[in-house]
Amino acid sequence: MTLNLWLIPVLPAAGAAINGFFGRRFSNKMVSAVALASTAASFAWALLAAIRLLGMPADQLPYIERIGVWLRSGDFVVEYGFYLDHLSMIMMLVVTGVGFLIHVYSVGYMGHEGGYYRFFSYLNLFMFFMLTLVLADNYLLMFVGWEGVGLASYLLIGFFFLRDSAANAGKKAFIANRVGDFGFLIALFLLVKHFGTLQYTDIFHKVAEFSPGIESGAGLLTAIALLMLVGATGKSAQIPLYVWLPDAMEGPTPVSALIHAATMVTAGVYMIARSNAIFSRSTTALAVVAIIGCLTSFFAATIGITQTDIKRVLAYSTVSQLGYMFLACGVAAYSAGIFHLMTHAFFKALLFLGAGSVIHAVGGEQDMRKMGGLKKYAPYTFWTMLIATCAIAGIPGLSGFFSKDEILWQAFSSPHGHWAFWLLGITTAFMTSFYMFRLLFMTFFNEYRGPVAVQHTSHEAQPHAATASAEHAGHTHAVPMGGQQTVAPAPPTNAHDHGGHGEPHESPWAMVVPLVLLAVLSVIGGYVGVPKALHGGNHIEHFLAPVMPAITAEAAGTAHGGAHPEQEQSQAAEDSSLELTLTGVSVAVAFAGLGLAWLLYVKRRDLPAKIANSLGGLYTAVLNKYYVDEIYGAAIIGPLIAFSTRVLWRGIDATLIDGSVNSGAQGVRELGDSLRHQQSGNIRSYAGWVTAGAALVILYMVWMGTR
Amino acid sequence: MVPISYYLVLSAILFACGVAGFLIKRNIITIFMSIELMLNAVNLTFVTFAAQWQALSGYIFVFFVMVVAAAEAAVGFAIIIAVFRTRETLNVDRVNLLKL
Amino acid sequence: MSHLILFLIFAALCVGGAINLLVQRHPINSALSLVLVTGSLALIYLLLGAEFVAAIQIIIYAGAVMVLFIFVIMLLNAGAEEETKGSRVAILLGVPGLILGLSTATWVLATRYPGPGSVIIGQLHGTAPGMGRLLFRDFLLPFEVTSVLILIAIMGAVVLTRRGSD
Repeated sequence: MTLNLWLIPVLPAAGAAINGFFGRRFSNKMVSAVALASTAASFAWALLAAIRLLGMPADQLPYIERIGVWLRSGDFVVEYGFYLDHLSMIMMLVVTGVGFLIHVYSVGYMGHEGGYYRFFSYLNLFMFFMLTLVLADNYLLMFVGWEGVGLASYLLIGFFFLRDSAANAGKKAFIANRVGDFGFLIALFLLVKHFGTLQYTDIFHKVAEFSPGIESGAGLLTAIALLMLVGATGKSAQIPLYVWLPDAMEGPTPVSALIHAATMVTAGVYMIARSNAIFSRSTTALAVVAIIGCLTSFFAATIGITQTDIKRVLAYSTVSQLGYMFLACGVAAYSAGIFHLMTHAFFKALLFLGAGSVIHAVGGEQDMRKMGGLKKYAPYTFWTMLIATCAIAGIPGLSGFFSKDEILWQAFSSPHGHWAFWLLGITTAFMTSFYMFRLLFMTFFNEYRGPVAVQHTSHEAQPHAATASAEHAGHTHAVPMGGQQTVAPAPPTNAHDHGGHGEPHESPWAMVVPLVLLAVLSVIGGYVGVPKALHGGNHIEHFLAPVMPAITAEAAGTAHGGAHPEQEQSQAAEDSSLELTLTGVSVAVAFAGLGLAWLLYVKRRDLPAKIANSLGGLYTAVLNKYYVDEIYGAAIIGPLIAFSTRVLWRGIDATLIDGSVNSGAQGVRELGDSLRHQQSGNIRSYAGWVTAGAALVILYMVWMGTR
Repeated sequence: MVPISYYLVLSAILFACGVAGFLIKRNIITIFMSIELMLNAVNLTFVTFAAQWQALSGYIFVFFVMVVAAAEAAVGFAIIIAVFRTRETLNVDRVNLLKL
Repeated sequence: MSHLILFLIFAALCVGGAINLLVQRHPINSALSLVLVTGSLALIYLLLGAEFVAAIQIIIYAGAVMVLFIFVIMLLNAGAEEETKGSRVAILLGVPGLILGLSTATWVLATRYPGPGSVIIGQLHGTAPGMGRLLFRDFLLPFEVTSVLILIAIMGAVVLTRRGSD
C-alpha cells in the first residue's frame, strides 16, 4: 500500500507552473483558485498520509517511497525517494497546514497588488521546495529543497523588485544562505567520501557503527556536524549569518509569515534534528550548537527591544526563538526543539499575519510610534494578536509556555546542558515577554498617533505626512544614522506595500479567518507536550522517540534504572520538583516582562525616552543592531568587492582575457596594415615581388631536385 | 667538345640580364625587351638539352615558345599603345592609377 | 678546340649585347643590341646542331619580332630615360651580383650532375624533315591550336588599339 507521498510536493509545483506560465492571463479569482486548490489538496493528502502512517505498525517505519534513480556514479547512488516518519510527518503537516492558511490570508492581503499571479506562483513554488526538503529521503534531495527554498525566498523578498531596498534584501538573503550552503555541501562531500551514501537510513546505520579509526580520526563526525551547522546558521538565521532576516522584511507580510517565521527558517532546525545521529556522537558539535543558539537568542532579543518597525521586532523575535530551538538541539533535546518549532510556527505566523492586518488597517504604516489605540478599530486582530503575544511570552496555559519551558528545563538538566544556558535563556524569555508586550501596547493601546485627519488620502500624500513626523520623531530618540535606522526610509516604501485607506479599519474576512484559526492552534497546540512534572504525558517526546532517542535527564535516569528503583524514584521526584521550580521562575519572568511593558508603554510613557537618553551610546549601538551589517560590509564585503573590481575584473578580465583577444585582433590588423604596402600601384614594385616569388619557387625546385 | 654546362651558364647569364632589365628599366618597351631576352635564354636551355639527349621534342618546344612569344609581343604592343594613348608617357612609374 | 673558340666568340657577343641592352638609355639602342643577341643565339643554335631552330630564330625573332619592336619605338617616339635617384646603386651593385650569382649556381649544379658531357659540332639532328614529322604527327594538336592562338592575338591587337570611335 503506497502512500503516494510524491503528490504532496508535486501538487503545489503544478500550481506554481500553471500560475507561472498562464497566470498573466488569468483573473485574480482564477489565480487564487489554482493556488488555493493545489495547497489545499496537498494539505489534504498530507493529512491522509499522516493518518495512514499512524495506523502502521512501528516496524514498518520509516516509510520510504522510491520513485527512481537520480544519480549513479560507481557505487554511489542517489534516488528520488520520500521518507515519512514521525518527524517529517509533523513538519509536513505544519508546512502544508500553516501554508494553506497563509495562502488564504494572501488572497485578501495581496488583492490590490500588481503581479498577483507571480506572487502565488512563487508561494506555491516555495511550498514545493519546502515539502521536498522535509520529505526527502536523502541529503541530496534535501539539499535540492534547501536551495530551492532559498531561491523562493529571494524571489519573494524581492517581490517588489522595483524598489532598491527590496532587491538588495533579496540578494542579501540569497547570498547569506549560499555562504551557509557551502558549509553544508562540504559536509555532504565528507559524508559521501566516508560513508559512500547520502540516504538517511544507510547513513544513520553507518554512523551508529562508526568507530573512529586511524584513517578518519575522531574528528570526522564533529567536522561533518559543524559544517552542517554552518548551513543551518545560514538558513535559520543564527549568528553569524542572521543578517539577512531583518532585511527580509522588505517582502510582503505573508511572505514573512510563511517563510521567515513558520517554515523556511526552521529548515535548519529540522536538518539538525534529522541528523541527530551524527550530532549526538559529537559533544563538541552539540556544545557549539547550543552556544550559538543561546547567544543568538539573547543577542537578537536585545535588539528587538529597541526596534520601532513592527515587522523588524518580529524578525528579531524570530531569530531569538530560532536560537531557542538551536539551544534545544544543542543539549540533545531534539524533540523539545521540534515541539517549539511547531508551536512557534503557529504563534509566529499569527503574529506576522496580525502585523500585516495592522499594517493594512493603518494604510501602510509600519512604524509603531504612529500606531496606537487600534484595539477599537480592529478587534479581531487585537484579540488574536493578544493570544499570540501571550503564547510567545510564555504565559501559562498557552502553547508557547509548554514548549519554551521544555527547552529551558532541558537546557538546565540535560547531560549536555548547563546552568549558564538556562540563565541566558531565562533572561531572553524576560526580554521576549517585554518587547512583545511592548509591541502589543504600542500598537493597540492608548490613542491613535497616526495621521487620522487625512481621510481620503492619495498614495502620495500619506508618505509625506509620515516622513515629516518620522523626522520629528527621529530627533527625540537615537540619532538615525543614514540608512541604518529603519524609520526614515520606511514610510515612503511602505506606501507601496499598501495603499492609503484613511481611517484605520479591520481587515477583510479572508485575512481574519486564518488569524482566528492560528489563534486556536496557538492555544491548543501546546497540549501535546505537557511534561511529566505537570502530570502530562509529554506525548510529543514519546512520539518522536523512535526518530530521536531522547537523551534527556529522565531517559538517562531510566537507563541507569533498574538497579536502584528507590533511588531512581526519588531522583525522579527531585527532578520533578526542580522542574516545577524552574517553571515557576519562567512564569514569574514572563509576567515581569508584561508588567514592565505595561509600566513603560501604558502607564508612564515618558520613561522610555528618559531611559534611552540615560543609556546614551549603548542604546544607540543596540538600536543600530550593534553595527553588525557595517562590520560585515567593511571587513568582508568591502575587501571582496575591491578584490573583484581591481584584480578579477580590471586585472584579469579586462587586461588579460580581453587584452589577449584584442591583441590578437590588433596583431592581425597590424599585419594587414603592413602587408597593405605590397599593393602599391607601382608596377615596378609588382615586378620585384613577382621576381622574388619566382626565385623562391626556383630555389625550391632546385632543392627538391638535389635531394 | 664544349661541355654542356657552358651553354647552361650562358643561358643563366642571359636570363639574369633579362631579370635585371625587367626590374631596373623604366621604359615600358625596354622592359618588354628584357622579357624577350628571358625567353631567348630559356630557348637556349631547351635547345641545349635537346641536343644533349638527342630528343627532337625539345626543338618542338622551342618552336612553340617562339610562336607564343610572337603572339604575346603583338598583344603586348597593342596594350602599350593603348596605355600610351591615355597616359601620354612610356615611363612605367607614371602608370600608377592603382596607387592608393 | 675550334668549337670552343667559336662558342666563346658567339657567347661573348650574346653577353655583350645583353649587357648593352641594360646599359643603354635610349630604347632604340637597346633594341638593336637585342637584335645582336638574337642573331648570336641563332649561331649558337647552329653550333648545337639545331639548324631548323636557328633558321626560325632568325626569321621570326630577329626578323619579325625585333622589327616590330623598332616600329613601335618609332611610332611612339620613345625618348631616352630619365635618371632617378637611387637607381645607380642598384644597377652598379645589383645587376652584376645577380648575374654572378645565377651563373655560379648554374655552373655548380651543372658540374655536379653532369649528363653525357659535351656537344660535338656538326651533329645535326634538328633537321627540317625530322621536325616536320614531329610537328604534323605527334604534336599536331598543339600546332593547330597555335594557329588559333595567333588568330586570337591578332584580334586582340586590333581590338586593343582601336580608337574609341566606331
